[in-house]
Amino acid sequence: MEAYLDNSATTRCLESVRDVVVKTMMEDYGNPSSRHRKGLEAERYLRDAREKIARTLKVSEKEIFFTSGGTESDNWALIGGAMANRRAGNHIITTAVEHAAVIQPLMYLEEQGFRVTYLAADRYGRVSLKDLQEAVCEDTILVSTMYVNNELGALEPVEEIGRFLNEKYPRILYHVDGIQAYGKYRIFPKKLGIDLLSVSGHKIHGPKGTGFLYVNEKAKIRPLLLGGGQQRGMRSGTDNVPGAAGLGVAAQEAYRDFEEKRAHLLKLKSYFMEEAGKLPDVVLNSLPGEEGAPHIVSISFRGVRAEVLLHALEDKGIYTSSGSACSSNKKLPVSSVLKEIGLPKDLLDATLRFSFSTFTTEEELAYTVKALGELLPVLRKYTRH
Amino acid sequence: MFKAFLIKYGEIGIKGKNRHLFEDALMKQIRHALRSVEGKFYVRKEQGRIFVDAESFFDYDEVIEALQRVFGIVGICPMVQTEDEGFERLTATVLDYMKKVYGDKELTFKVDARRAKKSYPLTSMEINCDLGEKILEAFPHMRVDVHHPDVLLSVEVREHIYIYSQIIPGPGGMPVGTNGKAMLLLSGGIDSPVAGYMIAKRGVKIDAVYFHAPPYTSEQAKQKVIDLAHLVARYSGPINLHVVNFTDIQLYIYEKCPHEELTIIMRRYMMRIAEHFAKETGCLGLITGESIGQVASQTMQSLAATNDVCTMPVFRPVIGFDKQEIVDISEKIGTYETSIQPFEDCCTIFVAKHPVTKPNINIIRRSETHLEEKIDELMKTALETVETIWVV
Repeated sequence: MEAYLDNSATTRCLESVRDVVVKTMMEDYGNPSSRHRKGLEAERYLRDAREKIARTLKVSEKEIFFTSGGTESDNWALIGGAMANRRAGNHIITTAVEHAAVIQPLMYLEEQGFRVTYLAADRYGRVSLKDLQEAVCEDTILVSTMYVNNELGALEPVEEIGRFLNEKYPRILYHVDGIQAYGKYRIFPKKLGIDLLSVSGHKIHGPKGTGFLYVNEKAKIRPLLLGGGQQRGMRSGTDNVPGAAGLGVAAQEAYRDFEEKRAHLLKLKSYFMEEAGKLPDVVLNSLPGEEGAPHIVSISFRGVRAEVLLHALEDKGIYTSSGSACSSNKKLPVSSVLKEIGLPKDLLDATLRFSFSTFTTEEELAYTVKALGELLPVLRKYTRH
Repeated sequence: MFKAFLIKYGEIGIKGKNRHLFEDALMKQIRHALRSVEGKFYVRKEQGRIFVDAESFFDYDEVIEALQRVFGIVGICPMVQTEDEGFERLTATVLDYMKKVYGDKELTFKVDARRAKKSYPLTSMEINCDLGEKILEAFPHMRVDVHHPDVLLSVEVREHIYIYSQIIPGPGGMPVGTNGKAMLLLSGGIDSPVAGYMIAKRGVKIDAVYFHAPPYTSEQAKQKVIDLAHLVARYSGPINLHVVNFTDIQLYIYEKCPHEELTIIMRRYMMRIAEHFAKETGCLGLITGESIGQVASQTMQSLAATNDVCTMPVFRPVIGFDKQEIVDISEKIGTYETSIQPFEDCCTIFVAKHPVTKPNINIIRRSETHLEEKIDELMKTALETVETIWVV
């Protein structure tokens, strides 16, 4: 049996996505910038994809810009947003549990003279509105938080933050890294007060190397990539028509039968948390039910090295992720997210993430729990000491 | 401008009846090395010299790089090849050569002509004098020095005429295949690829064995070893890599023997397994990357305890090297970057905090008796389930 439980790393592509990608590569392969018929034909795919995405967010298609994926969207939102507003101030607020695609650009901005405040997270990876209210000041120009934490499935108080900023500090840009949330939540940026939203295609059964940034029409942001002036000069580079078309289909599909899919994921999650929670000496780092994301469960296995467990599971056809890579002689940095939530030292290197998709079945999870039950005692018997 | 290369090789040890074996092996290795280079090449032997002719477009730097990895080559001379169309044409070609290679550099030179084709109207001495004169006329800033010239310009008159003056150093050593075969114990570290390289340099063909311990060591660790074997194979020629699943043996030792002896006993079993495959494949010895005192398992006592189980000679070419000296070679041969990727190998996964550093062979042998019940069966399984990968 095979159980792919690493859907937060990437997902399998939908067949309908594949079909449109192939079609735009082999038949309608024109360059939208060309003036002839083939160009116009390709342009239609872009427009269509933009419309499909805009509809899922209830925004204007003019506010959707295709990128090469989550990392580019995050980089652009932060660097482009900060640079465009630097005259208004130099202070940025984010959380201590962000993905590297947010942390690294912010560190770059710190080198450029910006000041960044990192909000602390609780045991489950959540920051509080109160801390944000205390951190915000006259100099603040940008707030960036994730919607769902990629390692833990924690839900950040996006709606509260958005409302607060909208009422008290409407000039502050609010960027949300929605890479793990899009497709799992109905996200309406206008209602939530989100100015910039990053999304990645391959997390929602779309092609790798695709993504978009939603940019509120009133938000001031500078382009990062300069060149031929595609996408109204905001993101130059020959349009990735196959990628955009595939992303459009994936986005539309993600919100088709949305309630059923969500219920399916939640059912899987509660089953898995309950059954895996019964195993001896495990610690659940994700919140149950609606309190956390429906597709991510983080579990620490006391006395077992995550990497070894990962390979032992792999041997049985079960694919998971260890938030941290750590080896005996070379100490690599363990996950800063797990450290941030105050996980005890012995659990930092003993934690696996299981993440589901709509393709995941309860049988796969039962098989995984059974495999864990067999492997844990064996792995605990042989340890380094 | 260069269309051919003259290959210079060491003369020591190849005199007499073995000479042709040496040359044939060298030509075979040259052909193999050039297979990965874009272009068509013809490798030939003519009157006791080896030539490489380029028969199509080729990248000069790529060819030199490939030839510099062929053991046995002492020097590579890029040659200009021309036909016999009279002395005037030859003079023009030589002047053009000097201009392109040395331009207006101030230097001393000497013409060294050889006339293998005796029908050529000028003698070697005459060619030397006449060409020397023309060069002096054309490049007034150059001087002749017949004793210690900066540039020794060779002009060889054979079926074609060859002009060359540069000698690019080769790696030296002996052509792989002229000195039997040995089994390298290849880990993912810095030392063992260097050890394999050094033995291959003496003309020894290399096979390798790697101990894989899933799930404790990852697929990436295995891939890293395959990558290292590939890098060594650029010098040694293709390597048969035996991947042995060592997990069960390791866990059994863990269970039955004192923990601080685990590494030594493990290494003794690795040696036994390596020797098994060595004998099976016609190898004449084992190669390890051990260096005295580098880690607990490489003290003199530990080396003796490990060596105790071997009946074949064990070659340890880096035994007297400091770590930095080994690192320097690994950087030179291009294995360092791969070696330092941080994947755990099977020697470290259960390592004790304080492993024995001065193991007593008798005590170790006694500890191994605890394994009697199942070890033969586990060894059998390990040998039977070996995966052999052909690494080019």
